[in-house]
Amino acid sequence: MELDPVLLSRLQFAFVIAFHILLPAFTVGLASYIVVLEGLYFWKQDATYLRLSLFWTRMFAVSFGMGVVSGIVMPFQFGTNWSGLSDIAGNVLAPLLTYEGLIAFFLEAGFLGILLFGRKLVPPWVHLFAAVMVGSGTLFSSFWILSANSWMHTPAGYEVIDGRIFAKDWIQIIFNPSFPYRIAHTVTGFYITTAFVVVAVSAWHLRQKQHMPESKRAMSMGLGLLILLVPLQIFIGDAHGLNTLAHQPVKVAAMEGLWTTQARAPAVLFAWPNTTTESNDYEIAIPGLASVYLTHDIDGVVKGLKDFAPQDRPPVGIVFWAFRVMVGMGVLMLTVVVWGAWLRVRGRLFASPAFLFVCNFMAPAGFIAVIAGWTVTEVGRQPWVVYGLLRTRDAVSPSITGLDVLLSLLMYMAVYAVIFSAGVYYLFRLARAGPPTESDIHDAKLTERPARPLSAADV
Amino acid sequence: MHIDLVPVWTVILGVGVFMYVLLDGFDLGVGILFPFAHDDAARTLMMNSVAPVWDGNETWLVVGGLGLLAAFPLAFAVIIPALYFPIMLMLLGLIFRGVAFEFRLKASTGRHWWDRSFFAGSVVATFFQGVVLGDYVQGFAVTGRHFAGGSFDWVKPFPLATGVGLLFGYGLLGATWLVMKTEGHVQEKSRAQAKACLYGVLAFIAMVSIWTPFLHPKISERWFTWPNMAFLAPVPLMTAGIAFALWRSLRRDGEVLPFICAMGLFAMCYLGLGISVFPYIIPWTVTLWDAASAPNSQAFLLVGTLFILPIVFMYTGWSYYVFRGKVSAELGYH
Ligand code: HDD
Ligand code: HEM
Ligand code: HEM
Repeated sequence: MELDPVLLSRLQFAFVIAFHILLPAFTVGLASYIVVLEGLYFWKQDATYLRLSLFWTRMFAVSFGMGVVSGIVMPFQFGTNWSGLSDIAGNVLAPLLTYEGLIAFFLEAGFLGILLFGRKLVPPWVHLFAAVMVGSGTLFSSFWILSANSWMHTPAGYEVIDGRIFAKDWIQIIFNPSFPYRIAHTVTGFYITTAFVVVAVSAWHLRQKQHMPESKRAMSMGLGLLILLVPLQIFIGDAHGLNTLAHQPVKVAAMEGLWTTQARAPAVLFAWPNTTTESNDYEIAIPGLASVYLTHDIDGVVKGLKDFAPQDRPPVGIVFWAFRVMVGMGVLMLTVVVWGAWLRVRGRLFASPAFLFVCNFMAPAGFIAVIAGWTVTEVGRQPWVVYGLLRTRDAVSPSITGLDVLLSLLMYMAVYAVIFSAGVYYLFRLARAGPPTESDIHDAKLTERPARPLSAADV
Repeated sequence: MHIDLVPVWTVILGVGVFMYVLLDGFDLGVGILFPFAHDDAARTLMMNSVAPVWDGNETWLVVGGLGLLAAFPLAFAVIIPALYFPIMLMLLGLIFRGVAFEFRLKASTGRHWWDRSFFAGSVVATFFQGVVLGDYVQGFAVTGRHFAGGSFDWVKPFPLATGVGLLFGYGLLGATWLVMKTEGHVQEKSRAQAKACLYGVLAFIAMVSIWTPFLHPKISERWFTWPNMAFLAPVPLMTAGIAFALWRSLRRDGEVLPFICAMGLFAMCYLGLGISVFPYIIPWTVTLWDAASAPNSQAFLLVGTLFILPIVFMYTGWSYYVFRGKVSAELGYH
């Protein structure tokens, strides 16, 4: 069998970035949450916030470490496997990525030490400041990387000379057409992901009847945020879809599983897209609905896949199903959140065992939605890396062979399997142990200096 | 754009890569010396000495890599694929090293596994950085805008030798760092290790200095023709002087000076490397100017870099200041 370096490189990239994104999806939200907790503690001097912050900072430390090591792999992928992309689009993409490093990564890393180890070495306001810097760092990071990514989806402000891409207008490049939607939808998604983890862990402790004051506080903070953000996210997602329709209609056609261009286009609920017959098997659809939400007019015309040459279409099945997984998660989240809001209004939020039980299982919901959403975005962009300008197969490094990439992919898989299972295991253990108790904090003399040795059971 | 920014970017990138080598060099060095510590308390101390700063140190690698892509994209597009496996193995080493900081503290029975992961990760990452260096000096086969060789071209005596050499080099940085940051028996041990590493480093410097001129005629031409020889003579002389000062202060209970001298030794070797390959960025085929990105890309990035880098230096320095002095096992965690 012929090993295709392009296909294998794509698999490798998908593999390493999917694992990387799981961590920012959690740490971006968590960093902000820690800022809020530290800020509230600083302001109100209520030790419940301190205990929560200590608890979530420990979770943060473990996941951030994994985020960093999996992140360092990423820029080198552009060299090892995608040197064509680096050469052809480097003039535009590289400054954006480098700004991410300069502005965001240094900021996070520079203040992380103080946040984790410096509580007793610096005054409280400085410690709070460090938390704010780490939190801002994660958001700056999202800003720049998503700007780069969005530019690859909707290139703007460039010119092509001798087959290579040059920058013309940096403002147009950074704030390219899909960027505002993508960053809003992604960062909101990250906050939702984190909030569901917080809610799930708190619900677990509430069910065990332990760490009650902290868990109640965290539960209501997390749920409060979700009541706001989940509906907002669905709204932004819809807007994002309309933006995609304007710039990448073929991606939307794949998401909708729509083969022929038509007015009153149906919303396909279930189907098995069949690329040979160019139609859907086992289709269940609601007539006219897709035209309503895509064009806001029941007679609106929506383009179908058959309007595009087969070599310009993305793999339909993956996009179609990943989209349904994401939207399914969104609907599930909305149900849970509405239920929670209703319980809260009736003052029974902590008293419903059924609700707490369900919350437990919502911990992975955000992660699943994020991965599914990115699969829609990225697979839907195929066969292009830079939309309309550079095809994926022209972006791959010419010198690597299929066997090289197979070897490296297997090694990445083996290493990630070990590291990520260990990481998840430790995170679970930390989550189960819960926030430190009052006497832990007293023993650790957190308000004095110096402190006890570091140890696993430490505060 | 009329100003030639290539020299500016050469300096910035040169400084960035050197920052990485020095800073992550001592972290990785601590990892390399890890299994020689005589008990768990000593290991905890060693790790605590770098725990608050390693992430910032490693960030220089990211920024160095991305800076290369931004300022000299052609070099990035040729060199990185040419080093496909050394780069990947270095990254995997960094992963095992990096997660060990947190995992070690969270593990109960599995702790010794993360000790091993910290050590092995540091060794693998260092060795392959040395391979990258050696292969770089040997040069790459280029046709058009692509690397034209195979993914295993790096398996050659010189890169493998520099890989081993760098283990001693980072070991020296790590040991002298520990001399500075620790007391008592940990410090004593580090002092002895620093001496051992110093001998290793000197042997490798001698070997590489003799070997490289044979690698490429351009190198011997650069160093051994008149009047270059006179201008460049200070480089080997200063290297010898610094090595002597390092050796003496290790014997005389110097605490900070050994680390400074070790950094000086790295600076001289780095300078020597620069002298050998200039003006090439892909040795012996592509010059800095041929590989440069578009002037407006370089300018756009420079504006921010000149503003941001000083701030980065400020808060990084401040963070080192907060964790100054001898490290104790009592480092307040979280
Ligand atoms: C918690 C996470 C989450 C949730 C609940 C949703 N999404 Fe989403 N979605 C993402 C997280 C996400 C994401 C991972 O953040 C993506 C990937 C790229 C992006 O911009 O956001 C994404 C992509 C994405 C795209 C692709 C845009 C493109 O590729 O150009 C569309 C059309 C939507 N979403 C629409 C929706 C709709 C209509 C939802 C309503 C239920 C929804 N999303 C829920
Ligand atoms: C963070 C979440 C992301 C996920 C989960 C993700 C996932 C994927 C997947 C699954 C593919 C493969 C598509 C296919 O082969 O059909 C892909 C392609 C690609 N993505 Fe992303 N991506 C993400 C973000 C980004 C970002 C931020 C960038 C760049 C700055 C990026 C750059 C690329 C490139 C260059 C490719 C083309 C190579 C390929 O086809 O594999 N991605 N991505
Ligand atoms: C949507 C996509 C992405 C987002 C939002 C994102 C965000 C982040 C964040 C917040 C961190 C800090 C670590 C953490 O919080 O876990 C991080 C680490 C990192 N990311 Fe990503 N990332 C994305 C994709 C990528 C891609 C495509 C690259 C490659 C250019 C990349 C390169 C890195 C690097 C190098 C680090 C380590 C930084 C350090 O040394 O501190 N990331 N990323």
